[in-house]
Amino acid sequence: MLKYVIKRILLMLLTLFIILSMCYILIKLLPLPPVRGTAETQQLVEAQRQAKGYYDPLIKQFFNFWKRVLTKFDWGAGENLYPTQSVIHIIGQKLPATIVINLFAMLFSVPIGLLLGIFAAVKKNKWQDHFISVAVMLCISVPSFVFAFLLQYVFCYKLGWFPILMERLEITATTTTGEIFAQLFRPSMVRSLIPAIFALSIGTIAGLTRYTRAELSEVLTGDYMLLARTKGLTRRQATVRHALRNAMVPIFPMILGEFVGILSGSLVLENIFTIPGIGNLYVNAIRALDYNFFMADSAFYTAIGLAAGIVVDLSYGFIDPRIRMGAK
Amino acid sequence: MEEKNIRAIPPEKFRFVQEDRVLGDKKLETKPVGFMRDAWRRFAKNKSSIVGMVIIVFLVLFSLIAPLVSRYEVSDIDGQYADVFPKVATWAGGGIWDGTRKYENGTAPYQRYLAMGVESGRDAVTKTYGSVQNETVSIVNGVEKTVVTTTYTYRQDTYNAVGYIFLDLTKEEYMALQEYQNETGIQVIYPHQDNKQMFSSLDANYWYKTYSKSSDGHSKGEAVLDDDGNFIPIYKTSGTDNYTSLRIDGDPAKGVEDPSTVTNRYRYAVKNQSGYNVRVCYYDYYVYQHGFEPCYIFGANSQGQDLFVCIASGTRFSLILAMGIALINLVLGAIYGAIEGYYGGAVDLLMERFSDILSGVPFMVVTVLFQLHLAEKVGAIGALIFAFILTGWIGTASTVRMQFYRFKNREYVLAARTLGARDRRLIMKHIFPNAVGTIITGAALFIPSVIFSETSLSYLGIISLDDARSGLTSLGTLLAKGQAEMGSGFFHPIIFPSIVISLLMISFNLFGNGLRDAFNPSLRGVEE
Repeated sequence: MLKYVIKRILLMLLTLFIILSMCYILIKLLPLPPVRGTAETQQLVEAQRQAKGYYDPLIKQFFNFWKRVLTKFDWGAGENLYPTQSVIHIIGQKLPATIVINLFAMLFSVPIGLLLGIFAAVKKNKWQDHFISVAVMLCISVPSFVFAFLLQYVFCYKLGWFPILMERLEITATTTTGEIFAQLFRPSMVRSLIPAIFALSIGTIAGLTRYTRAELSEVLTGDYMLLARTKGLTRRQATVRHALRNAMVPIFPMILGEFVGILSGSLVLENIFTIPGIGNLYVNAIRALDYNFFMADSAFYTAIGLAAGIVVDLSYGFIDPRIRMGAK
Repeated sequence: MEEKNIRAIPPEKFRFVQEDRVLGDKKLETKPVGFMRDAWRRFAKNKSSIVGMVIIVFLVLFSLIAPLVSRYEVSDIDGQYADVFPKVATWAGGGIWDGTRKYENGTAPYQRYLAMGVESGRDAVTKTYGSVQNETVSIVNGVEKTVVTTTYTYRQDTYNAVGYIFLDLTKEEYMALQEYQNETGIQVIYPHQDNKQMFSSLDANYWYKTYSKSSDGHSKGEAVLDDDGNFIPIYKTSGTDNYTSLRIDGDPAKGVEDPSTVTNRYRYAVKNQSGYNVRVCYYDYYVYQHGFEPCYIFGANSQGQDLFVCIASGTRFSLILAMGIALINLVLGAIYGAIEGYYGGAVDLLMERFSDILSGVPFMVVTVLFQLHLAEKVGAIGALIFAFILTGWIGTASTVRMQFYRFKNREYVLAARTLGARDRRLIMKHIFPNAVGTIITGAALFIPSVIFSETSLSYLGIISLDDARSGLTSLGTLLAKGQAEMGSGFFHPIIFPSIVISLLMISFNLFGNGLRDAFNPSLRGVEE
């Protein structure tokens, strides 16, 4: 087991290394973007480029890049976006908003999704099940940004229950990640986040409901369920004690995967609600042609994606002892 | 003993069973049901997938026919008609889909809209629901002052509410417009106002006398009404205008044979260096220019583009892009997966590693890199297509690979191999058909994901189609423009693209799920 885990992680690191190297080389093959801003900023950025060896041969830059990243975890500094500020520091400032919103969305959607899925499976082929199925179909198909527009229009513009955009975070160059977390849990802030949380949740709820229903209804037809009923358990007892536990084997890794994925957030929703999160930073970096931010953000997303895959795969082994990892 | 007897039968006693008939399989009495036919039967039984298919057909037809039917193009931009409301036709007292909206205004703007209709008969205010008076008490210099403001609730025709604009015309254009007026009898040019008395010299709609400052219950900009409650015109009555065409009611020179003898006649233009500055009713001027009345079925967006044709164009773009990409990925994935699955071993391991690495790259990163590297050479759309192709085929490849692993060691394949069939024949004739169902399903479900990604990317502005110049637009671009308008209270620029994108996604998902059920062999022969 341990051997398998280590093998998977090493393989992941190798993949990550290859992807990032390709990404870095592709970016470096592009001409250096012009620096905007005041003459002073331009000078500073230019000095920073000189110091970091931006005009060296590509091979030398490539090795320097990996040396800096691996030894000091230094991803460079901003150029057009947040000039001369450390990329890692800025990402640290952007992460809290993304994490908090997605965390709220998960906390909101996992119980609801599970309950609806269980309900639908228990009432299979009755009108309740059909109703939930149609709703799930609609919620999965309709893009989340359409829901976001609808929520924004109805609750923010028409009814005025929530502010249209997220409340501003007070961020200066020296604000730490912890301080931003503290700001995010202010009641008024949470209130302004509600439309975004709803919009994020709808898709997750629908996906989880569908998955839970499918898994549970399959388990419910199992022979051991019949045995459980025969030996005198009520339907409820049999479902909760036997079916649910077995259905959770595939459901739990899915939820876990979503939890890892919450870090990556949603690019579109962060833009709609102007949430100063990691996705917003990414889009801004692309628009402003700030390659250092782009590189670091891409690395972040790639790592999250790969890690989520591993966590999901490995969790099967931990949750269900029948599944042997790495067995041939 | 019997055996002996059988052996003892002499050869000449044997006869052919078939005699003179040709021996062969009996022809099937019913029509054979092939794999595709079977799948179609199951598909047709599924109500939701049929609904999905009908919506897809409808959207395809819409995207193809709408640009032909519509009088507008994506590149047609009319800033005056920015944000006008959806209109199919005008019907009396309607309010549904006739380009009107319920609106609220204070006295001065309300009167401005009211005056438009009084002058030209093109009513900007089609119906007044009522007014509410508010009293606000404020203390100015220690004296308590009560100000009464009135708010009118009315139905506003957004097409007529554009009202009048000032227009610089050359002499030829001016004469041609007068000619048009004489021929059709439609008044387009309206008299200029007296500049000194105008509330705003930039706004061509103030043809009536207004209070220039707040006084006894009237605020600045409100109309000065005569004893009968009518607007008091402030038309220009001096200068040369070379105007020989229709004159409005109330013009002293109306009906006079030689208007130039009437000195206080209204002046319809102001001469300037390049020609004439005239004041036209925009609706009628629009009809003069285009030959048809403005009518935006889905309304117009903030730039004054017709949403109907924009949405159709965006839908067509999405559909063509998605289907083209799905097709390319299908072929690529099928070939890749077939090679992987058929040969297995080291080839498989190597190829699988390659696709593993590729699938680890987030789609957004691929898109951006392609945009940065290729957009200048092959255009934004070309770069987008490359990005979709780079990682899109992986899904198809892995399903094909799985099917190949499942079927390549089946007995019938071994039999064919024993009979001397070559690899190509085995792959194409014997194994690949088993993967067709999953491939088609995969493609049908891939289409909505392409549409979704493309819409998100163009919404974020990561790919930008220059719609004004190229005449191409995307639903995502429309959504981005529409969202910016939501703050100003315009909902139609966002609701229509949202509905269409939702319909697209729903229909393709229903269709794809139906296909999956139809092709899924485990459901074969199972009645619901």
